[in-house]
Amino acid sequence: MIGLLEGVVHRLVNMDLELNKDWQSDRESEQNQRRTLVVNTVFIRLSALALTILLGLATAAQAQDPLDIKIGYLRRAQQQETISLVQMPPPDIGLAGAQMAIKDNNTTGRFLNQRYLLVDMRLKTGDDPAAAVRQLASQGVSLIVADLPADELLRAADAGKADRILFFNVAATDDRLRQKDCRGNIVHTAPSRAMLADGLAQYLVWKKWVRWFLVVGSHERDQLFAAALTRAATRFGAKIVHQREFKDTGGARRTDSGVAQIQQQMPVFTQEVPNYDVLVVADESEVFANNLPYRTWDPRPVVGSAGLVPTSWDASNDLWGGIQMQSRFTEQFKRLMTSLDMQAWTAVRMVGEAASRQNSADPKVLFDFLKGPQLALGAFKGQKLTVRDWDLQLRQPILLTDGRTIVSVSPQAGFLHQFSALDTLGYDRPETQCSLQ
Amino acid sequence: MSKRHPGLLAFAIAIGLGGPASAFTAYVSNEKGNTISVVDIDKMETVRTIKVGQRPRGIELTKDDNHCLVAVGDDDTVQVVDTKTGEVVANLPSGPDPELFIQSPDGRVLYVANENNNTVTIIDMERRVALGEVQVGVEPEGMGISPDGKVLVNTSETTNMAHFIDTRERKIIANVLVDSRPRYALFKTDASELWVSSEIGGTVSIIDPVKHQVTKKISFAIPGLRSEAIQPVGMSITKDGKTGFVALGPANRVAVVDATTHEVKKYLLVGQRVWHMALTPDEKYLLTTNGLSNDVSVIEVASLKVIKSIQVGELPWGITITKR
Repeated sequence: MIGLLEGVVHRLVNMDLELNKDWQSDRESEQNQRRTLVVNTVFIRLSALALTILLGLATAAQAQDPLDIKIGYLRRAQQQETISLVQMPPPDIGLAGAQMAIKDNNTTGRFLNQRYLLVDMRLKTGDDPAAAVRQLASQGVSLIVADLPADELLRAADAGKADRILFFNVAATDDRLRQKDCRGNIVHTAPSRAMLADGLAQYLVWKKWVRWFLVVGSHERDQLFAAALTRAATRFGAKIVHQREFKDTGGARRTDSGVAQIQQQMPVFTQEVPNYDVLVVADESEVFANNLPYRTWDPRPVVGSAGLVPTSWDASNDLWGGIQMQSRFTEQFKRLMTSLDMQAWTAVRMVGEAASRQNSADPKVLFDFLKGPQLALGAFKGQKLTVRDWDLQLRQPILLTDGRTIVSVSPQAGFLHQFSALDTLGYDRPETQCSLQ
Repeated sequence: MSKRHPGLLAFAIAIGLGGPASAFTAYVSNEKGNTISVVDIDKMETVRTIKVGQRPRGIELTKDDNHCLVAVGDDDTVQVVDTKTGEVVANLPSGPDPELFIQSPDGRVLYVANENNNTVTIIDMERRVALGEVQVGVEPEGMGISPDGKVLVNTSETTNMAHFIDTRERKIIANVLVDSRPRYALFKTDASELWVSSEIGGTVSIIDPVKHQVTKKISFAIPGLRSEAIQPVGMSITKDGKTGFVALGPANRVAVVDATTHEVKKYLLVGQRVWHMALTPDEKYLLTTNGLSNDVSVIEVASLKVIKSIQVGELPWGITITKR
């Protein structure tokens, strides 16, 4: 708006100069001169008037036009089947969290003359994330919240490099995105698998449940989570006494009489294991983990992908003012708040926090603030959250929940760290393989 | 103790000559216990427990000490408790989820922060009806009022601002950005400064109430404690404006601040998860509520020593002390 007005003003001023030039060259004819003079005077007066009005408008506009901060929300339409009917992901999962943060940012923005806008873009099968990023960039988006699998996130981030777009990874937990495949333009609000596994392991070690029976699904992501759990066992002094794979042979998640069969299968599957304290299960694909609790051959607790689950957020969390967050969310969206919603909320609030402190929409200014020591994000986690400067991962406590209550929060007391107890979770500075570019 | 404030010393001597303190009574809200513990400050013990609504937090005596007001957030009301009988005599139309509130200096108007719907509700105390509301930032909590009652300050926890509200116009006149999760606002008695504590930011902002600008930020550092554990919430400032006290939450300490230079003088170890505090009217004692250890710590202001722990109900949160 201001730019446009200034353009018009410039054109008028130029027109004025042109007329003056004409007047100079027409001196020979008195008649002409007089005519030109009259015309010219009228023009000068008119343009002066217009100039005054326009300048006035421009000044007024400067005082009233809010600073617009456009945030893209890029997601892949994917339907995750779950064993538990109550855990089926709602269609607006993640997006709802971002929308709530936009609302929160705008409440603050109202007092600071800032306006936050969310541009939702949903990729369908076959859509190229790189093309979507370019499309968002053409709409003036320079901040993108991404709910994408690792490979697509990397493709999107690399496509956004030319336009200096800053990405927020709210969904992909892959450790490689914080390690070898890290990028200098991706901030991760989603915890990594290593952070989740470490959070769980610390509690199990505190509980002295150190002999683990590890059961792993047959899909790649199950194995990645198992790798993180294995690393955590080594780090914190637990022992994997036995490991077993549960093969996904296909089939529906639920059938009318399936429960009877599961009751027969699971005890048999968990038979003949050396003495163990706890069954640790890695099944991100939701094929079998939730069928394990109460059905193991030996009476043992189940943790990991079922039973006691490590997560960034749960609808049952009422710690540290969390109840306010839960009730605001439920009121607005008529459903419970998931971890993906929280991770998206956190990303958009990070933008809001940076933009309100820096009074800027420039992604570079915001980025510098976010990765710096000034960031002290309040996100209902009982302490300020900051970003690790070696891999751009948001430091955060890990909640351990059985889906009904918060059982514990890691880092556990007694797990010490030289700089921040939160850095006992995930890949610490000395272990990093990330070189940010 | 070599840096003890000379004013405090003089004060200590004055009190020492004055004989025993008068019988002040403290009312402590117990967030989990759904009760108010009544503490006899002479005896330094809990003498009575009053049952109130769900999740009592903000608590204040009326100006005449006849009633104790307590915000019971999960029951969406501020309850009026008769201090003589211990009965709940009225429920005020506070709006949803009240947490902290403040009375006008004349006690006629009550301003309540409603955490869930971003408003401050204004209540006529005589008629016990709502007069209106003011829209503020996300999750309003802290409430402070200027000594002349003309300016109300509300802090919003997610918006990270102190909102200055003209009490006559009931309109916001200024917004001041402070550090993360501002939870408590307090004017000095001479109105020269407004203090706002930021729980997550870990600081106290000193604000010029006329210019609406942060003039200084107090930071805290305790050897052996991580900065994340230092979470300022409740505050008190002595009437002479010379000494400030800041509760540091999970740091289990109260910071003693020279309120003129804003330098931290000392950290006093109190109970666990210290939330709020109140000075006795003679400023002899400062009482703090310690959420996780279910007790109240008594600090002797003159010596700056913690002299006693008083057992109260479950998860003590707010505290208010009688004027007589």
